[in-house]
Amino acid sequence: MSALSIDIRRKVYGSGAAGRLAIAGLEFEVREGELVCVLGPSGAGKTTTLNIIAGLDSAFEGEVRLTGRDAHRLSYVFQEPRLLPWRTLIENVALPLKGRPDARSAAAGWLDRVGLNGCHDLYPGQASAGMQRRAAIARAFAFGPTILLMDEPFVSLDEKSASELRGLFAALWKAERVTTLFVTHDLAEAAGLATRVLIYSTSPATIAADIAMPAARGAASLKEAEQMLRLALQRAAGSGPAAGDRSNFEPGPLGIG
Amino acid sequence: MALFSREISREEEPPLLRGRAGPARAGGKGGRLIVGAVSLVALVALWAMAAWLAQSRHFPGPVAVGAAIGAGIGSGELPYHTAITLARVAASFVVAFAIGSPIGIVLGRFGKLDLFFDSWLILFLNLPALIVIILCFVWLGQNEAAAVTAVALNKIPNVAVILREGTQAMPPGYDEMATLYRFNWWTRLRHVHLPQLAPYFAVAARSGLAIVWKIVLIVELLGLSSGVGFKLNMYFQSFDVANILAYALSFIVVIFVIEAMLLRPWQSAANRWRP
Repeated sequence: MSALSIDIRRKVYGSGAAGRLAIAGLEFEVREGELVCVLGPSGAGKTTTLNIIAGLDSAFEGEVRLTGRDAHRLSYVFQEPRLLPWRTLIENVALPLKGRPDARSAAAGWLDRVGLNGCHDLYPGQASAGMQRRAAIARAFAFGPTILLMDEPFVSLDEKSASELRGLFAALWKAERVTTLFVTHDLAEAAGLATRVLIYSTSPATIAADIAMPAARGAASLKEAEQMLRLALQRAAGSGPAAGDRSNFEPGPLGIG
Repeated sequence: MALFSREISREEEPPLLRGRAGPARAGGKGGRLIVGAVSLVALVALWAMAAWLAQSRHFPGPVAVGAAIGAGIGSGELPYHTAITLARVAASFVVAFAIGSPIGIVLGRFGKLDLFFDSWLILFLNLPALIVIILCFVWLGQNEAAAVTAVALNKIPNVAVILREGTQAMPPGYDEMATLYRFNWWTRLRHVHLPQLAPYFAVAARSGLAIVWKIVLIVELLGLSSGVGFKLNMYFQSFDVANILAYALSFIVVIFVIEAMLLRPWQSAANRWRP
């Protein structure tokens, strides 16, 4: 069942002659329980897509359909953690749960699950960048979303913390199986996490490739998958938006897909 | 290559940073108190010397003014009128914030309204306090309500402008987060907006306290029969400078205490999250 179907016919930044066409005819679906990674050249409108889905940007032509019970219950892990600096970590996680009698204990449970035991009462300014990301992830999961949006959540972390957080996220996702759209520019990240990968063309964005990832991946096939994604991305960047056609896409000589 | 770059980085080693918060800087609460006390004593000494040089009935020294304060407290007059003025200051202050801050926040949030009302705000900002006071007395009569209205009207545009700036300075990111996680308006106000506006409230309160009590004095002088302003007018008729200074100083002390006991603790509580 599709949890999310997107049809953005036109998205223009600015107005008049200075306007820049960012997205033209972007169409895809995300099925329930999928973890779809979105790859693409920078400036291709990946974050814009997330903002449109989240309802934060309504200046576009087209439609976004969310299905299921309480379909508009979205969590969004932004590029920067966006924790309220004047509230402690536990308050930040508990605030979206307001109205639930167990808000605070649920928040505490999630903070423990992301490895922040003993740090509940820190203010974000007292926590490291990695800890802030963990709290942002805890907040997103604690909200109990039908769809989880992630916008390069591990960017600007050092590689060690980033890979720790990637592992943490993968474990949480396996346990929760929440439908996720994950924007990244890290091929290894996409290869390691995704059940499916969408590749955007250069701006104005369309879908240049739609690749299903094999379920079980060993270290060797992970490298292969990464290599395949690299080729697909190069092809997308080389081809213009007009040439991008998902039905004709061949995964390439590696034969994964 | 690596070796080469290491050489460079050693060359550009940052200079040693020395903290300046050592004992030499008289840091800490105690140090600040001592500096404040010394500076105050110096000011009083300067005043005493000037008064001694002037040798005039119209320029009393600290001793004469101290005696006037003592007499005023003894008769109960000084605390009585000071308390009345303070009550008016508090009432005007509360009214000015209750009306001015929502106006400022709304104008800061909705650009079109701001465009429309900006000229009104400039007009009221530049309307002399005296005119507002006279008009209030003419229209509302010479009573407490008119006095508080007049003072509040003088402060409202100022509060509105400061909070408008504060609202416009809020980055949209937290608001987007609040929308996404379905904060209701109260949660949003309390946890997202007010903490961001706290420094602006502090500025408005600081400058407000200083301005409001001065305007209250004018109101009392012009049209009321109690309060510090009324007493100042009385002593002015008899050129009793010692008592004029006695009332002025007493009120300044009161404002000092409010600043230290209310504003400062509130401000440091509002800033406790800052690393």
